[in-house]
Formats: sequence, structure tokens, C-alpha cells
Amino acid sequence: MGQYTENELAKDLENQDYKFGFVTDVETETIPVGLNEDIIRLISSKKEEPEWLLEYRLNAFKTWLTMSEPNWAHVRYKKPEFEKITYYAAPKQTKKYESWDDVDPEMKETMAKLGISLEEQKRLTGVAVDFVMDSVSVATSFKSKLKELGIIFCSFSEAVQEYPELVREHMGTIVPHTDNFYAALNAAVFTDGSFCYIPKGVRCPMELSTYFRINAGGTGQFERTLVVADEGSYVSYLEGCTAPQRDENQLHAAVVELKALKDAEIKYSTVQNWYPGDKNGVGGVFNFVTKRGLCEANAKISWTQVETGSAVTWKYPSCILKGDHSVGEFYSVAVTNNHQQADTGTKMIHLGKHTKSTIISKGISAGDSQNSYRGLVQIHKNAHKSRNFSQCDSLLMTDHCGAHTFPYIECQNPSAQIEHEATTSKIGEDQLFYCKQRGISEEKAISLIVNGYCKEVLNQLPMEFAVEAQKLLAISLEGSVG
Amino acid sequence: MIEIKNLHANIEGKEILKGLTLTVNAGEVHAIMGPNGAGKSTLASILAGREEYEITKGEVTFEGADLLELSTEERAHLGLFLAFQYPVEIPGVSNVNFLRTAINETRDAKGEDPISAKEFMAMVREKSKIVELDSKLASRSVNEGFSGGEKKRNEIFQMAMLNPKLAVLDETDSGLDIDALRIVAKGVNTLKSADNASIVITHYQRLLDYIVPDFVHVLHDGKIVKTGNKDLALELEEKGYDWIKEETQVG
Repeated sequence: MGQYTENELAKDLENQDYKFGFVTDVETETIPVGLNEDIIRLISSKKEEPEWLLEYRLNAFKTWLTMSEPNWAHVRYKKPEFEKITYYAAPKQTKKYESWDDVDPEMKETMAKLGISLEEQKRLTGVAVDFVMDSVSVATSFKSKLKELGIIFCSFSEAVQEYPELVREHMGTIVPHTDNFYAALNAAVFTDGSFCYIPKGVRCPMELSTYFRINAGGTGQFERTLVVADEGSYVSYLEGCTAPQRDENQLHAAVVELKALKDAEIKYSTVQNWYPGDKNGVGGVFNFVTKRGLCEANAKISWTQVETGSAVTWKYPSCILKGDHSVGEFYSVAVTNNHQQADTGTKMIHLGKHTKSTIISKGISAGDSQNSYRGLVQIHKNAHKSRNFSQCDSLLMTDHCGAHTFPYIECQNPSAQIEHEATTSKIGEDQLFYCKQRGISEEKAISLIVNGYCKEVLNQLPMEFAVEAQKLLAISLEGSVG
Repeated sequence: MIEIKNLHANIEGKEILKGLTLTVNAGEVHAIMGPNGAGKSTLASILAGREEYEITKGEVTFEGADLLELSTEERAHLGLFLAFQYPVEIPGVSNVNFLRTAINETRDAKGEDPISAKEFMAMVREKSKIVELDSKLASRSVNEGFSGGEKKRNEIFQMAMLNPKLAVLDETDSGLDIDALRIVAKGVNTLKSADNASIVITHYQRLLDYIVPDFVHVLHDGKIVKTGNKDLALELEEKGYDWIKEETQVG
């Protein structure tokens, strides 16, 4: 495996600003602005959904109306005006593309700019991609090849049509619509997302990947992802996110549910690079996401996230370790710069015996940003001999940014073993000077030091993503020491 | 190679260097000795370009360039190397990645192509032998978890890899046992050539048993107050620094 050097990294950094800020000029079909039962009925009918799903949505909406927006996170922002958002925006197209040749050239160009080439990947056998723009999934590659193994990988809407019983059985079982304000909102108005099912004993031979893109203005993106790994199966799943540069704050409220049945393993990696707003904190995406996985006996779920984008991030990918000997992992790098705010972490809920969880969180704050780790480790009564190891490190790049750690530990079983380590450090002038004395420029030295600091997490990512993540870290921290 | 003329420097308003003058030619080894607080490490830091110091007077010419006008990395690109008294740890960054980046940055500054992986690895193998550095250390994070001796040997290893014109060794002997000292000195001696030079800063004479200097300078109160050959070092070892202080005051 070729090692990606800092030199190559620098070459890749020609464009130092947010380089995904463009808008694709495609005809977009939208529905009226606003949020009410009629809008929900309209979304549901556009998607030709079965009655049960409409009921589910309406039910969620009713619940949502009774809820209030959470305000316990260490973030400050102007609450979105839910009445002023367009809840459905779709690039106009008659149907999903059956083959690559049918894809709209504009759309192809967008994907190329984003660095996703479905065409290329067809040849390379690397990654199967589902591309979701605004409210709908645009294209999915490798579908037929996966089908031979019995693997289902398609857009959520397609799954509702083709595999309604599977969707109905699992959807909302891990993140119920009553879970929280944004999960309820998502359940009411979600438009698309990805669905994935790995049958018993099957090891998915390639990375499955969903690329989320907000394109249209004035819209929110509400997608749902559901991954079910049946007994003894394995899948590695990646998601990437970008959005155009806009002055408004766009809302992204997604729900991700993972279910790892007995002996199954799911590896879920995210590189989140939603538009973070400009240097003065104008614009940017509000990223309010609920992600949770459930492990049956001996199963394993591993979350890896690299969060560099969004104006405000509120996100806690969690594991419910229900089955005995199940394993949950959370590896996170969260970078905030300028006026970005992130409140992110995880929850590890130990229910089964001999369950094990690992939390490695690396926060990097620069500019005037605020970066918080918030985590819960909960050991229930019957979780004999369960173990947790948490490590939360914060790196400060300036004197006016903030790093905060809110670790919660609840233990009801005396045989449990819990370890928590935390460090906070400022990027060392000494380290920078040492690098510079060896001839390394400051920008490159920062990227070297930061990548080193995040190594444990970056190592968890599949190769292509790790390279992407390194570049992102460097871009996000351009000129940030002070 | 380097010419330091009447250098005055402050830190936080306090004058540390008070008119230091020193010329080092290619092929020479100069030792700078002196009591604590004389300004030895300040000199090393200023030559390397640490920003905390304010230069109030004087000039430094290095390889024909006005050194004080150059950034730290530009000085490095010109061939100035500082072996740190306290080498810094950089967790998660492997020694080889660090060095390859450093070498390529220097090459890039000179308009040269990056070093090939093959050439680089061959160089790592060759140079690590000079300081008897375990090749495993080369792939470990920069100085992380290294013993004091390993850190110092790593400095000399980096020096060997970067092949500088002028190496400034800042108390490289501090905290070394005799074996490590011998290895470090052997490294420095092996790297010595007619085209390069070194300034060895030390508090004790014992390093100079292994690295034989052409000149020994005594730095006291921000100035070089005495210059001699290696015998001066022995004299200092025997008599301490007090007589120098007294002599200076009388003078």
C-alpha cells in the first residue's frame, strides 16, 4: 500500500477554502415551504408510499409538535424556523438511472467535482456508491453485483417499495420517533437515504458508500439510513457529506440506525464536510443527527467519524450493547475552526454481560470555535464484567477557542471496569519550531502534527477515506495557529 | 561559512547577548563553553530563528545570506541544523515520515525533485548505522517514548539524513551516559568533512574528549571572552569558570 506523503498532501491543497461550495444547475422539483400534515401527505404521495409509512410519519409529526428543541448542548445558534424550510427538493428526473450512461451530464459533473466517479468505481471494484442529492437518491452503483450475494444496497425509497417488510420490521426500532426532537422531525419528513441488508453469514466484499449532497437553497436535508447485518455477516459502510456555500443556515437532521445481529459486524465511517459557514460565522449547515446501533450477542459496531464541516454539530453515534460479549467502538476526530461549534460524542449502553466498549475522541479547536466532547458510558445491572475504555483528547490551536469535555459515567454493576483518560494541550510552539528547524513550513508542520495526533482514529478509516480525511484536516486548519 | 558580528539580543527586555562575535569556516569544529546563563543556548536559538528573541544590534552572515532576515525553515534549507538540547516529541508522526517531509521540503526549496522512496529508505539504513540507531526507532513516532540517549542519537541521525553545512549542537552531551556520548560523538566525527562545520555548545569538557575542536571559545555574560585550542577546555575543566569571570571583570 503506497504511503500518502505530506508532499502529495500539499499538492492536493491548492484550493484552500471550502471547495465543495458550488451549486449544480439542475432543474429541481420542490414542494411548498412549510411544515404541516398536508406537506407530509404530499411527501408521502410523491414517494408513492404505503399507508403504514404515512401513518408512521403523521404519528411522528404529532409527537414532534409536543416536543421542544433540546438546549442542553454546549452550542449557541439561532433556532431554525421550521415553517420556512422546504422539506422536499429533488433534481427533476423521471426515474432513477438504470445505467451510468443515462445519468444527466450536469449530475455527472457534480459527482466528478466531489471526487466521486461512479464510472471509475465500476472499473475499480472498490466501493459501491449511493448518491443522494437533496431529497432523493440519484444513482447507486454495483447493485447487481451485490445482489448476487443477496446483499441489498439501495436508496431508502426504493427499499420501501421493494422490501417493505424488511424496512417495516427494522425502521424506528433503534431510534424510535419519540427519541428526540430531531429524530421525530426526521421521522415525519425524511425523504430518502440508504438502505442496506447483509444476509446471514455474508461478508460484504466491498465498501458500501453513500454520498450526501445538499444542493438546492432554502431546503433541509432529512435522510434516513438503515443498515441491517444479519447473523454472522460483515459490512463496512462509508458516508460523505458536502453542501454549497450559502449565507443561510441549512438544516440537516438525519437518522442512522444500525442493527448487528448475532456475530455480525458493522463498521460505519463518516467524513462529514458540510459547509461550515464563512470566516465570520455566516451561513453553514446545522448538523443535528441521531445515530445509533444495536448489537446482539457477540456482535460488533464500530463508528468512525471525521467531522470537519457544519456550522453547528450535534451528534452522538451510540451503541446499545444488548447481547452478551458484544463490542462497541467510537473513534472520532472533530475539528472546529472560525465560528464553528461542535457538541459531539457517543453513548455506550452496556446491557449484556462481558460487553466491551472503546471511545477514542480527538477534538481540535481553532479560531473562535467551540468544541465539546459529550459522552455517556452506562453499565446496567446485568452487564457483568463489562469494560469501557475512554480517551478524550483536546488540542487547542489558538488562545480564543474552547475545548470542553462532558463525560458521564453511570455504573450499576460493581464487576465492571471503566477507564477514562483525558488530555488537553495547546499545539506546541516547540513542536512547530522543531519542524521548521528541519525545513518544514508552518502549514505543513501543522498538518503533520494534527494528522499524527489523530492517527489512532484515521487508522480506522478505509484507505481512500483516510487520504480524503487527511486533506480535509489540513484544509480546515489552514492558517489557524495563533 | 558563518560570520557573527557584534550580536546583541534580548528576551523579555533582558539583554542576553552583549556583542558576540564569531567566525566559523568550512572544515572547522568550534566548541562554545561557558557557565550557566552565559547565553550559550540563546545563541543556538537565535541562529535557528526562534522568534522570542529580539535582535537589537549586530549581523549574521551565513553562506553569503543575511541570516537574520530568513525564516527558520529558510535557514534550514540553506543548510543550518540545530541538534536540540531537548528534542521535541511529535506523537503519531513517524520518524521516517518526518524526515522524508523535511528532506523533500528542502529539495523543493532548491527546485529539486522529491527523493524516491527507494533512495530514501537506503539512506535511512545507511545513516542509522552511524549512530547505531535501531531501525525500529526510525519507524516509531518522532522522539515519543525515546530514552534521553535515544533522543540525542536521533538528533544526530536526523543531522546525518539532512547533511547540513553548519550543525549547531546545543548541549548534546547533557543527560548522556558515557556509551551514548561515545556514539553521538562518533556520529558527529563521521559526518565531519572539509565542506561542513559545527558549533558544539557544551557545559562540560568531557564531550570534547570525543569531538576534538579546532577552537574553544568561552562565552561569559553574552560575549566571547576567551578563545583558544582544546587545551583551554582542559584548563576550564580543571579550574572552573570563576577565573574567567574574574579575569573578565578585571579586563
